[in-house]
Amino acid sequence: MSQYQWDWLVIFENVTDTDEFYYQWLISGLGWTLLIALSAWVIALILGTIIGTARTLPNKFVAGIATAYVELFRNIPLIVQLFMWFFVLPEMVPTNIGNWMKQDMPHPGIITSIIGLGLFTAARVAEQIRTGILALPRGQKNAGLALGLTLAQTYRHVLLPMAFRVVIPPLTSEFMSIFKNSAVAYSITATELFFQMKQITGDYKPANQIEVVTIVGLIYILVAFSANRIMTFIERRVQVPGYISGGK
Amino acid sequence: MISIKNVSKWYGNFQVLTDCTTEVKKGDVVVVCGPSGSGKSTLIKCVNALEPFQKGDIVVDGTSIADPSTNLPKIRSRVGMVFQHFELFPHLTITRNLALAQEKVLGRSKDEAMTKGLALLERVGLKDHAHKFPGQLSGGQQQRVAIARALAMDPIVMLFDEPTSALDPEMVNEVLDVMVELAQEGMTMMCVTHEMGFARKVAHRVIFMDKGHIVEDCAKEEFFGDLNSRSERARHFLSKILQH
Amino acid sequence: MQLDWSSIPRASNALWEGFQFSISLTAFAALAGIILGTLLAMARLSSIKPLSMIASGYVNIFRSTPLVIVIYWFYVVLPFIIGRPIGAEHSAYVTFAIFEAAYFCEIMRAGIQSIPKGQVYAGSALGFTYGQNMRYIILPQAFRNVVPLLLTQTIILFQDTSLVYVLGATDLFGAADKIAHRDNTLLEMYVTVAVIYFVISFFLSRLVKHLHSKIAIIR
Repeated sequence: MSQYQWDWLVIFENVTDTDEFYYQWLISGLGWTLLIALSAWVIALILGTIIGTARTLPNKFVAGIATAYVELFRNIPLIVQLFMWFFVLPEMVPTNIGNWMKQDMPHPGIITSIIGLGLFTAARVAEQIRTGILALPRGQKNAGLALGLTLAQTYRHVLLPMAFRVVIPPLTSEFMSIFKNSAVAYSITATELFFQMKQITGDYKPANQIEVVTIVGLIYILVAFSANRIMTFIERRVQVPGYISGGK
Repeated sequence: MISIKNVSKWYGNFQVLTDCTTEVKKGDVVVVCGPSGSGKSTLIKCVNALEPFQKGDIVVDGTSIADPSTNLPKIRSRVGMVFQHFELFPHLTITRNLALAQEKVLGRSKDEAMTKGLALLERVGLKDHAHKFPGQLSGGQQQRVAIARALAMDPIVMLFDEPTSALDPEMVNEVLDVMVELAQEGMTMMCVTHEMGFARKVAHRVIFMDKGHIVEDCAKEEFFGDLNSRSERARHFLSKILQH
Repeated sequence: MQLDWSSIPRASNALWEGFQFSISLTAFAALAGIILGTLLAMARLSSIKPLSMIASGYVNIFRSTPLVIVIYWFYVVLPFIIGRPIGAEHSAYVTFAIFEAAYFCEIMRAGIQSIPKGQVYAGSALGFTYGQNMRYIILPQAFRNVVPLLLTQTIILFQDTSLVYVLGATDLFGAADKIAHRDNTLLEMYVTVAVIYFVISFFLSRLVKHLHSKIAIIR
């Protein structure tokens, strides 16, 4: 170990016996990482908003189902959830669908990761949305209703627009998390960044693991940092004049 | 216009309203007062069904509030309400605050809603602030906008729920002036307030509530004119708030 | 589809061993993470610029990096530092303590900041040093205020220990995965661990909620 041969340029080397380069693998992995995270984020935002809103509704039955969803998806580790979708679900559904999932579905690892990560993150987004709605002054709902808006219109025009603004800071951390969590997708064969890193360090360049892992770690930090900047930008854009968050 | 009949309401086992009965006729200005916790805010919120009640009925312009088949948004759109904490929508400009329900509930066009809103803003003296956001106005200005927002729906009656109690003292009058003007124009009004000056000036009737009961319900002249024939509780209350 | 639940009792010994590793990893990382995190929080809030910068750098780096990559990074770097191979399990202990410290730091920082400044003044006026103020006045109150948050983070940590899968370590999930492949009982094993994780996390989070309402009353 004492004679470690440092080679930080290892990722620019040719892959043995091919005309590809390691950095190309990493770029391709990064592309899949971004695709998985962003697609899952769309699912998480839409579903999370619906579920978070449902938890605040007066209808006990609807609110109960939404609560059950959140508890279920929050209390099982992500990797176990992904394994459930990838290995268990195809056995649970009718045989012909199961066979299609196992044999003919394009990019099974990627698709399953997007859905699994999206459903997982939706539970967390739902909690933020719910907290955001409950944080609004109670009179806001009354004011909307008193004007003759229906409950749905009150949510659509009064409560949700403000709730979204209130939850942007906590959503920022969820947005960063979804890129980080997407790395777990490697375990169900999604060829994203971490998967590529494991390929390189495991089978191809076991002598330069530290460099490759460090470089990939830095790429992830850069992605998380960019995600944070994007959300801060959005937060500034939608800021309500004269309204200090946490104030009245 | 508003007929409250034997309304009782409980929070769990705790009774907040007991057998309340009163009436607000067209053109009436009725002031509801009473110590905090007397149920006056709860009662006024029952009128447009923001608070449900378990017994009795309230009939607004011929429509029963307790009837489950009543279209609540429809009746609420005809009853204007002004809240203690203004409750303007912070993410919308003043003009959008005024226009939103006109468009979504009454189906008015954007132009129509805007014109109506601006006219009412002019009336409450805030036309210059049309494009600001609520957070950029003082409390008194926000409350005047809130009154304009309610008026924009062409209400048949206006409910005021302690409209000046969250305001700094120097802003109380700008809001009361608007309310007085409204009363003098003949608007039907039900006002929960401690502003006895306002009551003396424009009210027709005064209702005094305590512990969920309507204790006094009489003409203004009677209420203020003959303090000795008032109930013990009403006198006690009035002696406290009229001292200064 | 033929489910063979009889495989579960046969697997219970191995699962139990994996479970014990998960729990001890969680307990160690929580304890070490809270101690290290508290020190980091004090450093972050320190008026000594370099100290607070180092601490916030530490926190930001770990909070921006996927846990799987941190686990893997330490696994390849630790042997280089200590000069001899280190097992997956020992590596995991070190990694989780260091990684979780960044998250516990943020909780402790919020806790310390929740204590009104007047408390520090009062302590200083009595002649307490900075250390005494922290030890006797600030940290006890801060700690009590954030106990629910620390426990919630520990539940998340318990679920996150499943990621030692990346090192092939035998925690609860790793044990289940190995048995699943050995006995060809993927479904039974994955469903079983999912249920175990759910039951434990769910009931612990209920407990935290209950505790939270109790603490809220005391305050």
